[in-house]
Amino acid sequence: MDLAGLLAFNVLTGIATLILITLGLGVIYGMMRIINLAHGEFMMLGAYTAVMASGAGVNIWIAMLVLPPLVVGLIGLILERTVIRFLYGRMMDTMLATWGISLGLIGLITTLYGNVVRGVSTPVGSFDIGRYGASLYSLVILATALSALAALFLLLRFTKFGLILRATMQNPRMAAALGVQPSRIYMATFALGAALAGLAGGVLAPISGVSPAMGAAYIARAFITVLGGGPAIITGTGLASTLFGAINELVSFKTTPVIGDVALLTAAILLIRVLPQGITGRYLRRSL
Amino acid sequence: MNPALPARRASALGFAATLAIGLAILFGAPHVLDTFGLVQCTGFAALAMFGLSQGFVWGFAGVMSFGQAAFLGLGGYAYAVAVINMGDSSIPVLLSILVPMAFAGLLGYFMFYGRISDAYIGVITLTVSVILFQLVNATSGSQYRIGAAELGGFNGIPAIPALNAPFHPDEPLDIDGIWYAAMGALILVYGILRAVLAARLGRVIVAIRENEIRAQLIGYDPRLYKLIAFMLAAGVAGLAGCLYANWGGFISPTVFALPMSAQVIIYVLVGGLGTLVGPMLGAVLIQALIIAAGSQTVVDSNLGLGLVLVGFVLLVPQGLLPVARSAALRLVARVRTPRPGKAADTFATERAR
Repeated sequence: MDLAGLLAFNVLTGIATLILITLGLGVIYGMMRIINLAHGEFMMLGAYTAVMASGAGVNIWIAMLVLPPLVVGLIGLILERTVIRFLYGRMMDTMLATWGISLGLIGLITTLYGNVVRGVSTPVGSFDIGRYGASLYSLVILATALSALAALFLLLRFTKFGLILRATMQNPRMAAALGVQPSRIYMATFALGAALAGLAGGVLAPISGVSPAMGAAYIARAFITVLGGGPAIITGTGLASTLFGAINELVSFKTTPVIGDVALLTAAILLIRVLPQGITGRYLRRSL
Repeated sequence: MNPALPARRASALGFAATLAIGLAILFGAPHVLDTFGLVQCTGFAALAMFGLSQGFVWGFAGVMSFGQAAFLGLGGYAYAVAVINMGDSSIPVLLSILVPMAFAGLLGYFMFYGRISDAYIGVITLTVSVILFQLVNATSGSQYRIGAAELGGFNGIPAIPALNAPFHPDEPLDIDGIWYAAMGALILVYGILRAVLAARLGRVIVAIRENEIRAQLIGYDPRLYKLIAFMLAAGVAGLAGCLYANWGGFISPTVFALPMSAQVIIYVLVGGLGTLVGPMLGAVLIQALIIAAGSQTVVDSNLGLGLVLVGFVLLVPQGLLPVARSAALRLVARVRTPRPGKAADTFATERAR
């Protein structure tokens, strides 16, 4: 019984982690049809921001939850203005350019801080599920993932900015005719996606080794979840994270985390064979 | 006159020139270079073949494989495991081609027959190579062994027996021999790919890249032809992996890792998309730059690679070779006729993606 409770808790944490690392990628892909191959490096920058800020004496919660999205969002904004905006409409070229950005960021951080693994300590302790101890920090991840998902939903569904955003993505010319500047909206969307990636990096910094190449550990899962989710950002990310996160955690529990990733990938490839447009390409198409 | 003729003649001329230069390098290098230079060139030949595989699948079939390193790694590991078990290198070389092809067949079936978009293909191939990297990386410990070969996790497999004369395991090749094998294989594979592209199969593959729906309406199944092209490229990458393992006598999971897949894309992009010679030149050029950059410790080489990739996407998306070639053709045309000639124009339109 205790074991089942612990397992259920771990599955929930796994799903929340997947939501967190996928959401930024999903925003950029769902809204702009750009697959941001630098997503993992945006997370890495978020994690470095958290490590550096907490090292400089900033309150750990601010260093983890507030600064990373701001810093990485700003970096995303700069990169969108200097590189990405020249490549809209050329999907392959944007993928290649973001891959170049990804390599460049790994190289830059390695040059600046060295190829070493850093970390921040977890700010909270643990609690008991029956005979087993579980980390309270998992609750922080759970809460952050759910609030990020909810905030994004509220933003897109109920604010004027969200309405303009959705309209621009649906029909940029019509939006432009009505007085919206699509290039501004693209800029904001890319920065928003980068900020969400930064948040994920900041929150995950205490439970993962922070190193220049840490992004690679997450991107495989994040990409495959976005593809599995399909065009609707929130519903798609939520559903695909739930499905893949559960598979990943359950298989990892039985075997090893690496086999868990293999199971996730296999499940995703099978799913994409059946539903090439992802879950929300077939079902719940009108959802957000 | 058939307007395509000058382009075709130029293309045949280029093929002959490439073969001649390749053969000159093959037989000339051992006389000119010292042992160290020859070993380095063997590595270049292996990576040039890797570039060839990416150049074929991306430039001619239009399949965005972002995880070509998966096939390089599978080929290398297949060779290493098989040769340690068998002792004789003849069948392991074949396995290094067939194992990646079989894997590509399976993966490609799900991707192409699912009719997913190009971007999805890029992401899935990339993800597969990342996960293979993690999988092989996690095989440290003596319980992970295939026959006599320990996989060794992140330490890789050391002391891989080198190639030997076919079916004579007691006659291993020396450094010169491995150079002849690697460079000879590169020329051979280049010739085979040229032949494929000149044959009906290759023409259909290119037609599908140009306009998938039209090709389908004429009666070709794009899914099948893309799958064939994908498998061919995987076989070439696998052979490159075999040569790569022979080059250092060592293979580690980094052959599967993302920087490897990124590098080969940079080879193609720098050399020229839609050519076969470009990716080979790109491989040698970039690899030489990485070696040059490796001798300094101030800046990480990833930074340079990233800048090169972004720079080429933004500024020279067609790559160096096509730029140089169209410049040369324009020059020739200007010398021959007062006005810019037709030859250069048809050539440019044929080459345009």
